[in-house]
Amino acid sequence: MAVETAPAKTTTGQKLHRIHVVVNGAAHDVDVEPRTLLVHFLRENLGMTGTHIGCDTTSCGACTVLLNGRAVKSCTLFAVQVDQASIATVEGLEKDGKLHPIQEGFHQEHGLQCGFCTPGMMMTAVGFLATNPAPTELQIREAISGNLCRCTGYVNIVKSIDYAARKLREPAEGKAPDVR
Amino acid sequence: MIPASFEYEVATDVAHAIQLLASSGGEAKVLAGGQSLIPLMKFRLAQPASLIDITRIAGLSGIRENGELQIGALIREADLEKNAIIRQRYPIIADTAAVVADPLVRNMATIGGNLAHADPANDHPATMLALRASVVAQGSKGERVIPIDDFFLDTFTTALRPDEILVEIRVPKPAARSGGAYLKLERKVGDFAIVGVAAVVRLDESGKIAAASIGLTNVGLTAIRARNAEEKLRGQAPDDKALAAAGAAAAAESQPVSDLRGPAEYKRDVVRVLTQRAIRKAVARAKGGN
Amino acid sequence: MSVEIGGIGSSVKRKEDARFIRGKGKYVDDVKLPGMLYLDIARSPYAHARIKSIDTSKALKIPGVAAVITGKDLVPLNLHWMPTLMSDKQMVLPTDTVLYQAQEVAAVVATERYIAADGVAAIEVEYEPLPVVVDPKKALEPGAPVLREDREQKNNHIWHWEVGDKAGTDKAFRDAEVVVKQDLYIPRIHVASIETCGIVASWDKVEGKLTVWMTTQAPHAIRTVIALVAGHLGLAEHKIRVISPDIGGGFGGKVPVYPGYVLAIGASVLTGAPVKWIEDRSENIQADSFARDYHISAELAAKKDGTMQALRVKTIADHGAFDAAANPSKYPAGLFHIITGSYPFQKSFVEVDGAYTNKPPGGIAYRCSFRVTEAAFTIERLVDVLALELKKDPAALRMQNFIKPEAFPYKSALGWEYDSGDYGRALKLAMDTIDYAGLRKEQATKRAKGELMGIGISSFTEIVGAGPSKQFDILGIKMFDSAEIRVHPTGKAMVRLGVKSQGQGHETTFAQIVAEELGLPVGDIAVEEGDTDTAPYGLGTYASRSTPVAGGATAIAARKIREKARLIAAHLLEANPDDVEWKDYKFQVKGVPAKTKTMQEVAFAAYTNHPQGMEAGLEAVDYYDPPNLTYPFGSYICVVDIDRGTGEVKIRRFVAVDDCGTIINPMIVEGQIHGGLTMGLAPALYEQITYDEQGNIQGGNFMDYLLPTAMETPNWETAKTTTPSPHHPIGAKGVGESATVGAPAAIANAVVDALAHLGVRHIDIPITPWKVQQILKANGAAE
Repeated sequence: MAVETAPAKTTTGQKLHRIHVVVNGAAHDVDVEPRTLLVHFLRENLGMTGTHIGCDTTSCGACTVLLNGRAVKSCTLFAVQVDQASIATVEGLEKDGKLHPIQEGFHQEHGLQCGFCTPGMMMTAVGFLATNPAPTELQIREAISGNLCRCTGYVNIVKSIDYAARKLREPAEGKAPDVR
Repeated sequence: MIPASFEYEVATDVAHAIQLLASSGGEAKVLAGGQSLIPLMKFRLAQPASLIDITRIAGLSGIRENGELQIGALIREADLEKNAIIRQRYPIIADTAAVVADPLVRNMATIGGNLAHADPANDHPATMLALRASVVAQGSKGERVIPIDDFFLDTFTTALRPDEILVEIRVPKPAARSGGAYLKLERKVGDFAIVGVAAVVRLDESGKIAAASIGLTNVGLTAIRARNAEEKLRGQAPDDKALAAAGAAAAAESQPVSDLRGPAEYKRDVVRVLTQRAIRKAVARAKGGN
Repeated sequence: MSVEIGGIGSSVKRKEDARFIRGKGKYVDDVKLPGMLYLDIARSPYAHARIKSIDTSKALKIPGVAAVITGKDLVPLNLHWMPTLMSDKQMVLPTDTVLYQAQEVAAVVATERYIAADGVAAIEVEYEPLPVVVDPKKALEPGAPVLREDREQKNNHIWHWEVGDKAGTDKAFRDAEVVVKQDLYIPRIHVASIETCGIVASWDKVEGKLTVWMTTQAPHAIRTVIALVAGHLGLAEHKIRVISPDIGGGFGGKVPVYPGYVLAIGASVLTGAPVKWIEDRSENIQADSFARDYHISAELAAKKDGTMQALRVKTIADHGAFDAAANPSKYPAGLFHIITGSYPFQKSFVEVDGAYTNKPPGGIAYRCSFRVTEAAFTIERLVDVLALELKKDPAALRMQNFIKPEAFPYKSALGWEYDSGDYGRALKLAMDTIDYAGLRKEQATKRAKGELMGIGISSFTEIVGAGPSKQFDILGIKMFDSAEIRVHPTGKAMVRLGVKSQGQGHETTFAQIVAEELGLPVGDIAVEEGDTDTAPYGLGTYASRSTPVAGGATAIAARKIREKARLIAAHLLEANPDDVEWKDYKFQVKGVPAKTKTMQEVAFAAYTNHPQGMEAGLEAVDYYDPPNLTYPFGSYICVVDIDRGTGEVKIRRFVAVDDCGTIINPMIVEGQIHGGLTMGLAPALYEQITYDEQGNIQGGNFMDYLLPTAMETPNWETAKTTTPSPHHPIGAKGVGESATVGAPAAIANAVVDALAHLGVRHIDIPITPWKVQQILKANGAAE
């Protein structure tokens, strides 16, 4: 799908840049102001409000998305930087009505309370598990050390990610042994 | 927090980047990983007229051992940390990359940015000082190799000229019986260092320290070398007494200030302690351990 | 059986998760209305200054800037000041002076968020700096600059509050065999929920109706406040709709009214367009209500054998520029007088003085019920100081003194009536779980080798569930809460509540209460909160009051329904109502197990076949006025190891035994405890907001305000005892804040314990590495 072309300049006379970006598998060609942060692009231009904003210092990770498969903080990226890139957000985790194992894990292990940090936590976990499919507890804790949660005390988030890791290993291994 | 407006240019190659920089009249900033720059822009502490995005320049993110180690300036911290050459042959660099900010920042942040930003609290500068590295700059007058000792001029100020970009970091090949380690104390994981210490040692055949070099993070206007400590170690067996002397020397030549990370006196003391621990670990690695 | 329907005691998975794990939660910043404008705020760089001029001309020239609002613009509307919840008032925008750094100075309204920010950057304000007072003790000294020129009283003293028997306490101290004294500072901290505060205000001029989506823990109270504050502008309470949508954590920070809310509402009325204001993190930490900031001096009198006798506490409360605490009206220092804790003091006396300083206003809770953490920390620290003085084991000293189980209901020396408790059982369970005896042996061995390890205990008593109407109100509104239940013809139910979840899982737990009472599967019960147009009036969720108060309302409303349903069941069973009983989640004719009617059958009949003379339908409302507060308690034990080189404290183990009475959902309760413990860890070791002498904030963003990450947070171990509340309809006491209240003392006690052999008796929190290292150096114990 393509989004309609916006004017080439903003009301303040700023030059706009056309970017082509694939978000959760759908292509978008959009004109953006250079200073538009990726998180605002996702939330305001594309209306995908699952990605949240929790700070202004690249500290909290509520805005985490996958950029070409790697978890990054979308508040510290300009949308122009992701031209030609592929972005994955929380909205793309569920496929064909089936929850992603990380979503299942957070629900089953009570890995969320207010839900505000949750999308960022889950995207961090998805990016991390792609590089480390059988992590230890400490490795999970390190992996989410750039994501702050104020509600859960992290214990159940760690369990949720471990749940997803096991589930993601299942097809290859039949069942997921405790590798730790 | 919303940045002020700016123009955005994508540099297609190094020459293009240099040309854009040269024509900006000093009003442009180079954008690599952006993990230091963009937060400053959001607070409007930095308001560059334009950003020159160099991340699309090909060939600047490789790691090669070619007589010496050549690290492309655009390599992301996460890739550096996981790189097999780095992990096996330069574990001090892996130590360092692994403690830069947090894992998400490390997926974007580059080693070149970490050095060129010249924040005394950044981690790679101390390590590169200890490794006796050099940086390669390219500008309209061509390429030059800057020894790391000459690179950090002041806080947020390097020897890079306005039209130069940092393209590569070169690290001498590790000598036989050498090892290095980087230790960082932080208030919490992901924080800038209260103190960081990078130590590299080379042992002689008898196990004495033939040479040592030590870099310190966040205890001066720039990352600094602890030259007196290095001197104290030369020719010494790496025993508790020698380490204590080196730690005390490093503490004495550090220049911390009191701030939210603690009183200067405390930081000085942490320099003393971490210097000893870093040397101990470097010696262990020099002997083939981990 | 109750597990099958998901009733009380079952770990039902949360219903609300479905939207959150899909990114479909609806938080305030997710609300987008056609034609919506964005508001951003210019703030003062000075902590105390006279405003000489505000030049808005450059901002107004920026295309897209619709309006700039200054204090002068609010004067004709009488909106430049607003009342706080504590009978004080607070500036919305200053007309003359600013009283703290980051105070709101002007607001810009623009078509886009980015343009509003540009407008703020273009506002030029000329200030004349004035003398700054940051230390509340200095603020109270004669001759200190008077900060609040608007008050008749020309000093910085806000109020004096005291409770207890002063003469009797003084005598007990004079006669005491042993007196220990400890000064403690409980630092200024910030709740820092991951979602900041925000609002979308939409004024419909034609209908005269104001709709606001707002990050509030108390939507009904906010509606009334808006009506009271802006009634003169034509805002009437029946035409004010406050919607508290999904809230990304509250912890007390979303109870007060902040100037940004008022400005957005004003801007919407002014422009006729919906206006959104979302604060950023720096604004959130720098200007929103803080917590704690208590300077405490505490003394404990005891016998030589360790018997505790009397407690005397003097405190200075720093409230910043305005007393914007959110305490019940009669309690300017909250419930601080729970400070006698788990011990039967014969005599006690507590006094608190409030002071104004050039700091942001507040005095709200940080996940605690009105100053209870300050109290629990003080008494649990003081008990350890006494243990050191008497060279007694801190566990044994607690066991020796605890209020005994048979003493409940127990009347404390400061006037509370504790409902139930068994403190010794909780501490014993904690000691057994962590192997206390083994740890003490290990500590002795390590100490002999020069290694530093410490064990800390905290056996706290909480006080929550405010509260009974004879004592508790906010702005005169009694602190009841409410539930309205409707059972539909097909046996599905809708529950609406006066409280508002911010992550506590109300959609699940309140459905479980109804499931238990009505025998309906939890999945058939929908819970709705936060919309004042539909929910019954309530005071909201804070101070762990949802379960004790609204939980009571829910159970009683359900019982009202069940009673009517019994009459309908009797009609259906053709039995005398007196012969019909509620058994195994069904109505049954006594002694005839075959003759039953389910609630679903009864519900259908309530609309299709109800007895003659009875009203149709099956619904009930209850406004629950709790007869007493509830007193959850627990015993925590923390083990720390200390790095002698750097002073770093590492928590090795932490066992938390909690007793919150009847547990509705064990999974959710455990989650609440995990989170509470982490918010107890935070101020113990990491979080603090300080100011320099010029009133400049130190630590005003997440770079320097140190929320613990998963790496600092230990793998919490939990266990429980269950001592139901005798006065609560389901015996529940509430648990949201216990762990935050109890944990800091356990951690601080562990660190002091590790250093006790060096003569250390106290370290103020947060216990940073450098504080520990200074002690080690001073005592020759450093590496």
